[in-house]
Amino acid sequence: MSILNRAVIIVPAFNEEAVILKVIQSIPKRIKGLGKIQVLVVDDGSTDNTKILVNKTNVSVASHIMNRGLGAAIKTGLEWARVHNIDLAVTFDGDGQHDPADISRVIKPILDKSADIVIGSRFKKKQRVPLDRLILNWFANLATLFLFGVFSTDSQSGLRAFSKKAIKLIDFKADRMEFSSEILLEAKKHSLKTIEIPIRAIYTAYSRSKGQKNTNAIPVFARHLVRLLR
Amino acid sequence: MLTTIQIVLLAFILFAISRVYLRAKEKILSPQTYIFWMLIWLAAAFGVIQPKTTTKLAEIFGVGRGVDIIVYISLALVFYLVFRIYVMVEDLRHEITFIIRQVALQKFSPKKRRRNKK
Repeated sequence: MSILNRAVIIVPAFNEEAVILKVIQSIPKRIKGLGKIQVLVVDDGSTDNTKILVNKTNVSVASHIMNRGLGAAIKTGLEWARVHNIDLAVTFDGDGQHDPADISRVIKPILDKSADIVIGSRFKKKQRVPLDRLILNWFANLATLFLFGVFSTDSQSGLRAFSKKAIKLIDFKADRMEFSSEILLEAKKHSLKTIEIPIRAIYTAYSRSKGQKNTNAIPVFARHLVRLLR
Repeated sequence: MLTTIQIVLLAFILFAISRVYLRAKEKILSPQTYIFWMLIWLAAAFGVIQPKTTTKLAEIFGVGRGVDIIVYISLALVFYLVFRIYVMVEDLRHEITFIIRQVALQKFSPKKRRRNKK
């Protein structure tokens, strides 16, 4: 296993004042195989105290002056990683739905050089998942397969790891939720090796209220279609 | 002799042509868009003045009445234009996001590392 000197954990956040400090504090300061770990919160135009709270910590913040969507926030984080010559990037949702212990699991294939992109899949192992989330996720997976020809057990996962090569090559266009599927398409386009690692899904009332809405499925599908037909 | 509906439609088409001309003069419309809209409105004016031409067109396409073919063509055109506008709005969104991202990255100032070790 190699040691990568520079890693960033990208935490997209939009109006997460209730949990953002807890999420930041939960991120491990040291991870086996990584040298310097930076945490970058991408504040996506929050109208609450998210940015103020993060600014009081020693975690770096990149701020969107207005809300642009999860995809836009992730892309800002990856662009920052590209500019700063980062070796490995992990995306970690700011609503507390991920288990910080899973970070070391998703980065392992990249440290082993056996993958360029690792998707933390909530559906690869049996665990308690709300039925509506399960249906929504399978709808998204089928849409990703139908539109892009790429299959994933969790195309909408927020916990992913990217190698330096992937950080450099991935260039998705979508600003909102549909970026998740587009990442898989980009990986296919650039022949980046993508694997899935089972992760723990944490569903709290808060994370469910902040996550993707069930009613978003149709507009997300429509935007994918428009992108393909344009 | 023109009927009342023909006069009303022609007045509206003239108004539309004037708007197209003025926007093109202000360089808001590109030459291609100007030509596209001029052709649309002139064809509409021709159809209003010579309604029999639409009947002939309908016969060619195997549609009953002249007015039906106009409705079908108009609907297809409207759907296509809505699609183009949707694409344009999406492009504008991406351009706004690009600017916001550049501002975020330019204003970024790194923090000194003083996180407590776990």
